[in-house]
Amino acid sequence: METKENGEDEQQVVNPWKVDAKDGGKIDYDKLIDQFGCQRLDQSLVNRVHRLTSRPPHVFLRRGVFFAHRDFNEILDAYEKGEKFYLYTGRGPSSEALHLGHLIPFMFTKYLQDAFKVPLVIQLTDDEKCMWKNLAVEESQRLARENAKDIIACGFDITRTFIFSDFDYVGGAFYKNMVKVGKCVTYNKVVGIFGFTGEDHIGKVSFPPVQAVPSFPSSFPHLFSGQDNLRCLIPCAIDQDPYFRMTRDVAPRIGYHKPALIEASFFPALQGETGKMSASDPNSAIYVTDSAKDIGSKINKFAFSGGRDSIEKHRELGANLEVDIPIKYLRFFLEDDSELDYIEKEYGAGRMLTGEVKQRLIQVLTEIVERHCRARAAVTDEMVDAFMAVRPLPNMFN
Amino acid sequence: MGFSKEQLLARLKELQIDFSQYDHPVVLTAKYVGHLGGGISKNLFLKDKKSRFYIVSALAETKVDLKVLSVRLGLGKGGLRMAPEEALGEILQVPLGCVTPLSLVNESARNVSLLLDQRFKSQEFCFFHPLSNDMSISLNTNGLDKFLKSIERDPSYVDLEANPSVGKDQPPDLASLVPSNSLVLPDPPETPASSKGRTENKVSVGNKSTTSTAITSKPSINAQDRPANITDVGKMVDDLLDMTSSLLLKEITENFKEHGEELGEVLSKKIKSRLAAELHSTIMMFKNTAYTEGFHAGVNHHPKRTY
Repeated sequence: METKENGEDEQQVVNPWKVDAKDGGKIDYDKLIDQFGCQRLDQSLVNRVHRLTSRPPHVFLRRGVFFAHRDFNEILDAYEKGEKFYLYTGRGPSSEALHLGHLIPFMFTKYLQDAFKVPLVIQLTDDEKCMWKNLAVEESQRLARENAKDIIACGFDITRTFIFSDFDYVGGAFYKNMVKVGKCVTYNKVVGIFGFTGEDHIGKVSFPPVQAVPSFPSSFPHLFSGQDNLRCLIPCAIDQDPYFRMTRDVAPRIGYHKPALIEASFFPALQGETGKMSASDPNSAIYVTDSAKDIGSKINKFAFSGGRDSIEKHRELGANLEVDIPIKYLRFFLEDDSELDYIEKEYGAGRMLTGEVKQRLIQVLTEIVERHCRARAAVTDEMVDAFMAVRPLPNMFN
Repeated sequence: MGFSKEQLLARLKELQIDFSQYDHPVVLTAKYVGHLGGGISKNLFLKDKKSRFYIVSALAETKVDLKVLSVRLGLGKGGLRMAPEEALGEILQVPLGCVTPLSLVNESARNVSLLLDQRFKSQEFCFFHPLSNDMSISLNTNGLDKFLKSIERDPSYVDLEANPSVGKDQPPDLASLVPSNSLVLPDPPETPASSKGRTENKVSVGNKSTTSTAITSKPSINAQDRPANITDVGKMVDDLLDMTSSLLLKEITENFKEHGEELGEVLSKKIKSRLAAELHSTIMMFKNTAYTEGFHAGVNHHPKRTY
């Protein structure tokens, strides 16, 4: 079936380097699922996760933040039979400033690691940022290490986690797989998937295999030697889907399982769905370095509200929950389902005011950011070295 | 202990680096060697808000603007100050008035970043203090580079007078020279303005800032003894019990009227859900720190003697 592979449509554009909704509107996720050809993550799968892990599913699953998947049910089938899998996620270290949106895949991956008791590899694509953002090699390596500290602060278990940067790790078995993958993807195909042009340099064109091969256990001989059959699950934001469509296409041709994917929707900017979260606008997002005061003032001043212009109108019509940012953020971060339901009901009916909702949000976010800050302060360079050391992980499935 | 002047000179000779030495009374200015030709160095020992240290070594005539350097290093405006007097002795292990790139030979200075004036290269030789200010030695840049490489440092020559614009698309050009040391202390309370007179090697006196302010009322980690704190089991148990009992008291007073007999059960549920994330984070950090310390020990351990 001919789908437009690089996510281009007359309307919305979604690929690893560009996310644009139609005419400045919202991203249509149903259409995206259709376009990409992945599956909706429905309630029955969420219930299945609950059963298999004997613990309540993560808030992101309950609220549909992670809403799409490829072959997640196969991973669960195998898991039920006693077959393990490993997790693979990553970050492109393009800036030192991390905001909450950046943390979302990592928070979810940590939950998966704990719930299923499986190992995790985290790829820092310093080479990619060096090429796409024109950073010096040393600077991208430095950013990778700095970002690693924030990632570690999300609470990953060092006895089951391997963090690596491309500049450090590419070579050996990893590179052999890169060449195998490269041989299976024509130039035309990669142009079709990623939209490269004749003006793009060859570094970019040959990058895709780097992000593909961590899906194959043989890329990590120090971890998975002798386990060529081990499956891989990739939690990521849905804009990364093109990389892994390519990978899934190639995998059976070189004798590996197709990696499974579990995909998240985008985290909205403070100014609303149509706004863009950008590193250069500190008021478009909540950063992990923000103080309680900053968080308070950002939410109060910049969070786009669905409340009405006047109190009377608000009491009459209720808030517009579709565009209200504080409600959307609470959907991501307020753990208590019954409290969220209550707030949505009261706010939607106009009995609760925007100020109260924002207050609650500020509390929730401050707790998260402060906890992250404390954990971050405990991360030393030695700890980063240990997470990034090429070492065996003997208890990774315990 | 730090290197002595004699040890340093002996090391330079070992490395076959040419230099000439001039003894003179201890002074804070260059009045005794000003007539000898060559370039006089002025050396600044600087500190940023995250307590990372820098030596900026420049020709006396080069204008060094700390505000510009701060932005070029990616520290924002006003991120660089003169380091306090105590740091000179603690980190560089040299006396007052004696900041010199040669002090990087000391282990204690291993995380200090060095910025060298590229104008040194146009000089036949330059004068530096060899760890004490009763002598100056003249070295050319080849000699200096050779010495730095011998202590595993990369000589970084920088156009100190340049003022490139820094913004979204132009990252700070000197950002790679910021040390990535392990200790990240919280922002110290503001030190009084450092004295502006910048004669060679003068280091201003600032208030030593050792107190770290607790960020929240929850048990915070004092960064200075951070690793010890985290693996201190007794302290962790105390902190966790404190957290639990204060939450308990708060919830009792809030919920007493509402729940009456069922108070116990309601509270127990609340406590479990509110504390779970906190406990998890703390204990995971504990595990990771313990592993890291073990790993470090393993990497550095001396194998058993078999003879």
